[in-house]
Amino acid sequence: MRRNQVAVVGAAETTKLGVIPDMSQIQLHADAALNAIADAGLKLSDIDGIATAVETPQQIAHYLGITPTWADGTSVGGCSFMLHVRHAAAAIEAGLCKTVLITHAESGKSMIGKPPRSIPAYSLQGQFEAPFGVYGPPSMFPIPVLRFMKTHGITHEQIASVAVVQREWAAKNPRAMMKDPITVADVLNSRMIAYPFRLLQCCLVTDGGGALILTSAERAKDFPQKPVYILGTGESVETPMVSQMETFDSSRAFKVAGPLAFKEAGIAHKDVDHLMIYDAFAHLPLYGLGDLGFMPFEETGKFIADGNTRPGGKLPLNTNGGGLSYMHSGMYGMYALQESVRQMRGSAPAQVEGAKISVCHGVGGMFAASGTIIFTNEK
Amino acid sequence: MAEAARARPMPTPETQHFWDGTRAGELRLQRCDACDQVYFPPRPFCPACGSRKVSVFAATGKATLYSYVINHRPAAPGFTPPYAIAVVTLAEGPRMMTNIVDCPQTPEALVLDMPLQVKFEKLDDAITLPLFAPAKA
Repeated sequence: MRRNQVAVVGAAETTKLGVIPDMSQIQLHADAALNAIADAGLKLSDIDGIATAVETPQQIAHYLGITPTWADGTSVGGCSFMLHVRHAAAAIEAGLCKTVLITHAESGKSMIGKPPRSIPAYSLQGQFEAPFGVYGPPSMFPIPVLRFMKTHGITHEQIASVAVVQREWAAKNPRAMMKDPITVADVLNSRMIAYPFRLLQCCLVTDGGGALILTSAERAKDFPQKPVYILGTGESVETPMVSQMETFDSSRAFKVAGPLAFKEAGIAHKDVDHLMIYDAFAHLPLYGLGDLGFMPFEETGKFIADGNTRPGGKLPLNTNGGGLSYMHSGMYGMYALQESVRQMRGSAPAQVEGAKISVCHGVGGMFAASGTIIFTNEK
Repeated sequence: MAEAARARPMPTPETQHFWDGTRAGELRLQRCDACDQVYFPPRPFCPACGSRKVSVFAATGKATLYSYVINHRPAAPGFTPPYAIAVVTLAEGPRMMTNIVDCPQTPEALVLDMPLQVKFEKLDDAITLPLFAPAKA
């Protein structure tokens, strides 16, 4: 794909974030979509491309009254929206559609109009993982971390510092769920969930949604918001079974998606002003920093613990507070994308002054999938 | 009140040999006749080279502890927390998820790379699960 041919011209989250018991999941999609369409100064009838995950494109298209010429129902977990951005950019460039709406919403906390997640007993996960007591992401996502720590010499305190630093960012975001400062000791004394991870190393469970509108860079100039261009993209999938990852020292899907995006963008790591790494759990930023090539894995824990990613640090990371402190409805990738767009527009509550390049990296499932989008505000 | 049962696997034609094996006290893996790759989970072709010429064989049941969590909450039906969910590396190469038995479910007792030996636990007449215990010195 060519650089800077497609731009984000509309971006919004649901009107409320957090606990929204008076809206079903599909209405949260619509709320986010209508907010993004208003942000872009468009009408529903201007949308000719639809992408969404979990809910199908036909559900969202019908609910919004749109009959698109392009639809993408890629549903690979929380990074589905990174893949949608990539696919939409290719579709716009290929002329399959002009104006794409990507929606996410999840009634993750209130569970209103949300289909239950289940693992079929005949699936490979159902046969070879479920019988051993895995029960939801907290029992699965942290399984690799003890090996990762041993291989790379990472300490419990360093991983706890991820949550501490992100709470500092969250304190600057009025819409963040958790804003009170915490210490490494607070993290390591919080309730045990799945050793080695405690409550404050696990993401929040909230309700909410978000939507993006993409169009060609050529048209983007005529929209009310400052265009945010797509500079590079990457995606991959590895396995739905955490036990079958090639290694726990690294994520194969991250290692494919991240470098693809950097290569396409034609940038070096030193060019990155702002970084989002999907943090469903506190170890993910360490994997992301290593797998995306920012530094050797051995240095990732110290890098964060030393304050390099905190407000004022040299590599601002997860500046909305992340899935640990901002919000996490279940598929957090959309909120990471929203924060990258805000940073590139210059409108983020915790704005990184002068930021020109933002890298937004997502994970789906338990390291099952990955998507990376690199944005810029300069063409 | 009856205790909720542990999730029960439903074998498919491609995995039946594995579950027949555990019931017979064998941990059955597959090896590619073309490229010699040993792999898991079961499938009737080699995921390394695509060959359909593969053989089933009984593994030694020896393994080492690759990684784990000790799950506290929420606990899966049929489990009493805290319990370890482990991934082990089999002597033949593949990894599999399992539980570690005959061992305290503590970080002190569960040491990465410790040697393990398979131990079969009957769930019902059709399904026996492969669990692992610390290897006897």
